[in-house]
Amino acid sequence: MVGKPGLDGHDRGARIIARAFRDAGFEVVYSGLHQTPEEIVQAAIQEDVDMIGLSSLAGAHMYLFPRVVELLRENGADDVVVCGGGIFPEEDVPRLKKAGIKEIFTPGTPLPEIVNWVEENVRPRS
Amino acid sequence: MFKKQSLKKIQEDNKRWQELFREFTSKATERLKRFSTVSDRPIKNLYTPLDIEDVDYTRDIGFPAQYPFTRGVQTSMYRGRLWTMRMFAGLGSARDTNRRFHLLVNEGQTGLSTAFDMPTLMGYDTDSPKARGECGRCGVAIDTVKDMEILFEGLPIDRITTSMTINPPAAVIWAMYIAMAENRGINRRLIGGTIQNDMLKEFIAQKTFMCPPKPSMRLITDTIEFGTKEVPKWNPISISGYHIREAGSTAVQELAFTLADGIAYVEGGLERGLDVDSFAPRLSFFFNSHLDFFEEIAKFRAARRMWARIMEERFGAKDPRSLWLRFHTQTAGCSLTAQQPYNNIIRTALEALAAVLGGTQSLHTNSLDEVLALPTEEAATIALRTQQIIAEESGVANTIDPLGGSYFLERLTGDMEEEAFEYIKKIDDMGGMVAAIEKNYPQLEIADAAYKYQMQIDSGEKTVVGVNKYATEEAIPVEILEIEQELEEKQIQWTAEVKSSRDNKKVQESLQELGEAAQRDENLMYPILEAVKACATEQEICDVFRDVFGVYRDPGVY
Repeated sequence: MVGKPGLDGHDRGARIIARAFRDAGFEVVYSGLHQTPEEIVQAAIQEDVDMIGLSSLAGAHMYLFPRVVELLRENGADDVVVCGGGIFPEEDVPRLKKAGIKEIFTPGTPLPEIVNWVEENVRPRS
Repeated sequence: MFKKQSLKKIQEDNKRWQELFREFTSKATERLKRFSTVSDRPIKNLYTPLDIEDVDYTRDIGFPAQYPFTRGVQTSMYRGRLWTMRMFAGLGSARDTNRRFHLLVNEGQTGLSTAFDMPTLMGYDTDSPKARGECGRCGVAIDTVKDMEILFEGLPIDRITTSMTINPPAAVIWAMYIAMAENRGINRRLIGGTIQNDMLKEFIAQKTFMCPPKPSMRLITDTIEFGTKEVPKWNPISISGYHIREAGSTAVQELAFTLADGIAYVEGGLERGLDVDSFAPRLSFFFNSHLDFFEEIAKFRAARRMWARIMEERFGAKDPRSLWLRFHTQTAGCSLTAQQPYNNIIRTALEALAAVLGGTQSLHTNSLDEVLALPTEEAATIALRTQQIIAEESGVANTIDPLGGSYFLERLTGDMEEEAFEYIKKIDDMGGMVAAIEKNYPQLEIADAAYKYQMQIDSGEKTVVGVNKYATEEAIPVEILEIEQELEEKQIQWTAEVKSSRDNKKVQESLQELGEAAQRDENLMYPILEAVKACATEQEICDVFRDVFGVYRDPGVY
């Protein structure tokens, strides 16, 4: 699932990622814009997804990303892998990883690199 | 422009030269298999008079401030007055942004431009559950007219113009600005500036939404009508290609979709019963300036010529000012890189130069760190200095449209015009831009172009210096502006204080009145002004719109 939490409208990256994964043979759900973390987690559980890729380019990631991880845990779905992509000050990256975001992809990362990472690190949930 | 006889000679010479060229490059091969622009437009090895033999100087190029305005909309252009140097700024609280405005004005900036935070852009107050974590992060937080008063404290708003990048709640924020000016004793007829107020490109590209397209168009027409009558020096709309380009469109798509949006707004005004020449002179435009130097200059020149033709031929405008495409430019945020961020100064300088050679009326230059966060004071000052160097050192502002007549540029200008008119025809056939948006047509055209461009970068077909070529291991550290975590709580507290000291009965009455006017066919600017003067919050007013008109949701197509 490609998730776009918060009010940020920059969806160029999120939509490119959704296409790239579709073209690589994945089943992709795109949340659309302006979703609360609650809405994203609810949709993820409903759609039974294996991972969520969150996109943020407007600076609210330090609240939104950890909140998604927290809600997954509360709903007994903490085996869903959460990744993030977008614009982040360097010092936020270790903080996000500590909060349970498994990987962070910053601008300039080639699409095949992201697809490879998912193929190597994400397994279907049992 | 050329004699038949000379064209014939050039044709023969050109044929011979192309043979020589082929022979030469069969031994020393060219650098690239295919030469093309950022927008993937193929570019030939050489342009000659043969490429512009159909161009008629009087019909297609003309003189500055004369139809079809290809060379510019003002008679003396930058020899008279330079473009307005207008740096987009907004961070944290109204107090923080006010400080930044004062800095920029002191450093020689000649116009103000306001960036709002996401909740303000979407019509939510800071205390909304939807706004958690967002306060002041990508612009300034404005909840009530009290914040607007702090934002412009001590700034000469009767002498310099203010641009506000705001869309779904544009009418509300504009009303707050008018109320703020009037509280300072400045008549609304004297204030000048721009509200972006272009919802069509929001649905297409920037994606700040509130209500569906049709009621959004009604609100915009209300502001155009109100501005025409009450705030004559204000541009009630800035028809924007900037965000269309940032979303990944090609240069031609930016040109075509922006002008197609413009056509829809003119039609909205005409349906309201307004005379075209009463409001068309106040329509303004906003374009992106990307890295492909000549393609961008051609785009600006084509835009002016196309708009003049559209206004005259399609809408029968008579006032020359109705035919003017006046535009603001921002350099392309999407062309900047997080890697080797100091390179961004150079990119921005090239893009700014293209905007100036394209005849822009005002310009924002991005700061080198905007790819990482809101700009620091130092970075914003370098960006402003970039404009000042172009204006006062480079000499490019000494003559009008210095590249006019270039075989390459004139050919590009003509080709882009032709291709953009084809897009506009397609949109007309769909029933206009609102109908095209409902079919997700421009959204998907842009998504296709964005995806294709990303593929070209990943394959190395297109170069991004410092990213897919000349990359280095270490990141260059730049200072990053931090927004304090406590800001959100402080802003919520402050708005609560404003709410507790206002006359709540008056607020409720004004909102009631607004809701009733929204259900009738009345211009909503008048009741909105009453509500903001009573200190209603932005969200209280926008909730009335959401109740009456409904809420638009992202179709989420990719």
